[in-house]
Amino acid sequence: MSNSDSILELVNVSINFGGLQAINRLSFQVESGQIFALIGPNGAGKTTAINMITGIYPPAEGEIYFEGQVLSGKKPYQVTRMGIARTFQNIQVFQNMTVRENVMVGLHTRSRSEFVRCLLHTPMVRKEERMIRRRCNEILEFMGLASKAGLLAAGLPYGDQKKVEIARTLATEPRLLLLDEPAAGLNLQETHEMSHTILMIRETGVTVLLVAHNMDLVMGISDTITVLNYGEKIADGSPAEIQNSDKVVAAYLGREPW
Amino acid sequence: MENRNGCKLVDLPESTRRKDRFSFTLLVVIIVLIPVLVESKYYLIVLNIIGLNTIVVVGLNLLIGFAGQISLGHAAFFGLGSYFSGILTANYGFPHWPAMVVAMLATGAIAYLIGYPALKLRGHYLVMATLGFGIIINILMGELEQFTGGHDGLIGIPPLSVGGLTFDNDLKNFYLIWAFVFFCMLVARNLLDSRVGRALRAIHGSEVAANSLGVNTSSYKVKVFVLSAMFASVSGSLYAHYITFISPSTYDFYYSIQVVTMVIVGGMGSLWGSLFGAAILSFISEALHVAKQYHIIAYGVFLSLILIFLPEGVLVGIQHFYQSKKLQRLIAVKTPFLLWFNRF
Amino acid sequence: MDFSQQIAQYIITGLSIGAIYAIVAMGFNIIHNATGIVNFAQCEFISLGGMSMYTLVVLLKIPILISFFISMATVSLIGALMERGPIRYARSKEIIILIFLTIGLSGTLRGTAQQIWGTDNVGVPAFSGEDPIHLPVGATILPQHMWVFGITFLVMLVLRHFFRNTMLGKAMRATAVNRQAAALVGVSVDHMVLLSFALSGALGAVAGMIIAPISTTSYDTGIMLGLKGFAAAILGGYGNFAGAILGGVILGVLESLGAGLLSSQYKDATAFLVLLFVLFLKPTGIMGYGESERV
Repeated sequence: MSNSDSILELVNVSINFGGLQAINRLSFQVESGQIFALIGPNGAGKTTAINMITGIYPPAEGEIYFEGQVLSGKKPYQVTRMGIARTFQNIQVFQNMTVRENVMVGLHTRSRSEFVRCLLHTPMVRKEERMIRRRCNEILEFMGLASKAGLLAAGLPYGDQKKVEIARTLATEPRLLLLDEPAAGLNLQETHEMSHTILMIRETGVTVLLVAHNMDLVMGISDTITVLNYGEKIADGSPAEIQNSDKVVAAYLGREPW
Repeated sequence: MENRNGCKLVDLPESTRRKDRFSFTLLVVIIVLIPVLVESKYYLIVLNIIGLNTIVVVGLNLLIGFAGQISLGHAAFFGLGSYFSGILTANYGFPHWPAMVVAMLATGAIAYLIGYPALKLRGHYLVMATLGFGIIINILMGELEQFTGGHDGLIGIPPLSVGGLTFDNDLKNFYLIWAFVFFCMLVARNLLDSRVGRALRAIHGSEVAANSLGVNTSSYKVKVFVLSAMFASVSGSLYAHYITFISPSTYDFYYSIQVVTMVIVGGMGSLWGSLFGAAILSFISEALHVAKQYHIIAYGVFLSLILIFLPEGVLVGIQHFYQSKKLQRLIAVKTPFLLWFNRF
Repeated sequence: MDFSQQIAQYIITGLSIGAIYAIVAMGFNIIHNATGIVNFAQCEFISLGGMSMYTLVVLLKIPILISFFISMATVSLIGALMERGPIRYARSKEIIILIFLTIGLSGTLRGTAQQIWGTDNVGVPAFSGEDPIHLPVGATILPQHMWVFGITFLVMLVLRHFFRNTMLGKAMRATAVNRQAAALVGVSVDHMVLLSFALSGALGAVAGMIIAPISTTSYDTGIMLGLKGFAAAILGGYGNFAGAILGGVILGVLESLGAGLLSSQYKDATAFLVLLFVLFLKPTGIMGYGESERV
């Protein structure tokens, strides 16, 4: 059991991949309603941390708690049901489906029709489909994707695909949203929009954990920042504190340009 | 058209709901009319074979085209349906319809037993596992003589009957089989435009993302595998009661290849493509029956040509052809026929 | 023969068929490593090798040694033409489509073989005599079995030398590991793919030719041999060369033991049962590495 009221807590989490210590005794807490940024040079272990939280890799050591419950060891689909959703660094939108269908898959955990019922298209299925569509339209409106709902995801520009991915995660009704490089590949204007979107999401009561490289984005919207380097936490604090930290600067500048 | 992940663009259920209502109605009309128009017994037999294959292919398409998995062993499930139904009704006097249900459930159970470990495998490993399974079952059909009648096969399978009506000729079986085809396609259509169908297509799109959205991908893969096996089993049962005689040679590796070919030729992920694929390939198979020695080479050449030039499947290929600018220039006015055909 | 002698017999027979599986497995591996696809036409390379030997040696009375190399070259050429023609021109590069294309081409080749040679099983003379040799362990083998072992060993040595020590071989390995990088350092990926098909053709032909004198050959003998060779490749870890040898040997020996000790009718089933057993325990084969998706 964790001993704090934070929504997410990592306690001395470690993982290694065949000899490479990817994360080493990492601990941090995320408070409910925060926008929490996890930054660090390339290869620092940020995505690995997300993968561990969402159950793709179990930690070799340490524990992860979500709302006081043990999270470590759960499978990804179970993690989502508990209220955590994530986006992917290399965007994993369903290219073979429309924007609307992508978001509808997001509602998978909030609906229940199974094989037999779906095959027979029972009244319960019909009722649930109506609910799914309604919810889906609401989310598409929220993300500004309503006009593109019927378009195939594969044909959309990158920036829109990123929005679709976020819309999809919102459909799972998460309490914690993990965004892995939400601004990667976006231009200046799109990055501004993304900042705005993340703030809007926080307004709805969702806690956001943000992994990013883009300093404008991070400094602009984060409440607190934790810095990783070589799998270890080297600093944490407010944006102002991090900007003035020599350790952080050294970590970034001391590395080869990427 | 392909995306980065190599997914084929699929027939999107959401956008074709209205078209499908039309198509299903048309299907019923055609089914009712065909026996009136077609006199030849031979063609009825071919159509029955097409119908039986379509049922298998629709199920297989759910697995391959929509969920993005593969199976090169589905002849085994088709055969299990035939043999379970056949053995229960011919050797043990079971009532026919319950026997079909038992066959379907037994086949489903076997599919679960093999699918559960097999679907943890990916790509070529899964191909090999299903291939191996198919071959093993086929061998067992021939060797377990006390149950199956061995290589000589099983005879004396009674035809199906409902009330006083016995389905004992080609015409009656035509209606029976195609009623099942209609029902199977309807049910598949329901599945595709539903929560489960979307989950399956999501697995095909990006398994890791599907998992991250709460879809239990391992469980779903196994379930759709079992479902496709049950479709094949139902078709197998119908086949056994229709032909009244079955033997292991029908359910060999070649048949497994044939049905997957039908999925591909019709268009992976296209429900109506399943019907077209089954139709085209069954027709060719039967047409070549006359010149049996050319069967293999003609089939091989035909398959190769389709895969080289129309890899998205014949249906989509024809669509593209009709939509191509070249043809539209040739045809000054878009005829109603083209508009209708576009619905597919 | 007492029991241990029987076992020895089964094992030796199993090793010889296992050698064939190993060669076929390598053919599958080479193409997979270069292109990512399964080449089901490998089965026909085997059949064509055997049938070509039949035509050259039996019908045309050409000496065995010369026929061997002519057959190997011919089938190799067929493999190359297959790649350069249908596979290169296929509109879709999607793997499942290409795999099915190889199935279609396999049918085409087999159908052609059927037109040329009919469906009969034919015999091919052994390379050097037919008198059984009695081994100290109590097993009996034919001289042809020695040829199988010898040629397989030679093939392994040649391939190992080729892939380790020659520029071309290293270029092929580079292409298998990372196509883009190989292309960037000047390797012609197209040529490597072509070479992989030609090489697989040669290997398939060799397998078909050395087994033909022992078990007769026909237009479709390659199918079961090919499928089991593929099984051996998967068993050993798809794409892995040591795996091909290991897979072939294990499959051959277990199949032979199964057929001898349990039931000969289930011989073919045994091979695939072994395969399924291994796959369910270790999905990536005996020597395979895990395939993971980076997110």
